Amino acid sequence: MQDVKATVRRFLLDTVVMAGDVEIGDETSFMEAHILDSTGFAELIAFIEEEFGLDVGDEEMLPQNFDSLAGIERYVARKRAAAAA
Amino acid sequence: MAHDVVTGAATRRLDADVLAIDAAQETARIAANMVRIVGRELRRRGVVVAISGGVDSAVCAALAVRAFGPARVFGLMLPEHESSPHSLSRARLVASQLGIAHAVEDLGPALEALGCYRRRDEAIRGVFPDYGPDWKCKIAIAGGRDGTFNYFKLVVQSPAGATREARMPVREYLQVVAATNFKQRMRKMVEYYHADRLHYAVVGTPNRLEYDQGFFVKNGDGSADLKPIAHLYKTQVYALARHLDIPEEIRGAAPSTDTYSLPQGQDEFYFALPWHQMDIALWALDHGVDAEELAARLEIPAKHASAIYADIAAKRSAARYLHSPPLLVESAPEART
Repeated sequence: MQDVKATVRRFLLDTVVMAGDVEIGDETSFMEAHILDSTGFAELIAFIEEEFGLDVGDEEMLPQNFDSLAGIERYVARKRAAAAA
Repeated sequence: MAHDVVTGAATRRLDADVLAIDAAQETARIAANMVRIVGRELRRRGVVVAISGGVDSAVCAALAVRAFGPARVFGLMLPEHESSPHSLSRARLVASQLGIAHAVEDLGPALEALGCYRRRDEAIRGVFPDYGPDWKCKIAIAGGRDGTFNYFKLVVQSPAGATREARMPVREYLQVVAATNFKQRMRKMVEYYHADRLHYAVVGTPNRLEYDQGFFVKNGDGSADLKPIAHLYKTQVYALARHLDIPEEIRGAAPSTDTYSLPQGQDEFYFALPWHQMDIALWALDHGVDAEELAARLEIPAKHASAIYADIAAKRSAARYLHSPPLLVESAPEART
């Protein structure tokens, strides 16, 4: 099983902050830590859709789903479970 | 005065008159500061104001006339292929009432040569492949109010009048915005042409909402030598407009971006609420008013008020890049003395 948090962390470090020495904890708020702004979230959501093969609905674009690595992991797990059901 | 238990910031009640100003006193204060800034700090002989037909630029032009007299204010009207014809007629009305010299520069051919329209339409066809030259378009903001992230929808209208909309993929969104930003940047280039030839300074016309929330294009309308109403809420700009006798036709017009071919209000494009409510929300956030009190004042659910506070903070965060001057790797303070 693909490690969702590690994949997204790598995306953020390589593409967004472009530095390996930034600490992004599992519960770090991307907004509060100034890692992502609205365009950054749009990029992140596009990455998640492509990388994990899922469609993010307009109503799902919530901070609790995408503002932290842990939130993203829970969201992806829910989407996969719903798709498998 | 109470204090916020978390931030320690002073809190104030959201009384009905929190945005009230003494328009005469404020006009005199701004005019005196404009003279000081332009004459002593910038060492220019007058100002150029691009007059859009909206209330903000009309107030800035009127303030400039109060400060320098009509002979030292040059007005510019900068229409392009997709500008509303009403904008130009309103702008002419302002210039003629103020008695200032002015010029109309049609930016359409230059924007066409730069590929502004072509590059934008190419990105739109990434979302709606049948989008053609006779179609119209605009971008509308979504989310923010309901707790979701802000995202942008593309709205297109076929020549037959059928409207379609879709959430914009990030690449297409960025290209549409990048191409459209040619408009604001071209306007600024022409403003500086006239400012340079007259040895004048360029007036930027954002109000506080726009300045604070990043509703401007970097090196476009965000660029200027002085911004005389950037500290004023839109409500206060209207108070000044009444005091300065700005024509009712301009005071009564709904704020518009006048940037896309479909009509587009500022709140539809960028702000979570109409301007008069945004003013109150911004003031309330900055004065430690809790979300419940804001909700009661705006007659909206408390969770919407919390979402609006979060939206204001998110836009401020995004505006940091827009406000940022060129950054140096190492400071060179001698260059600025």
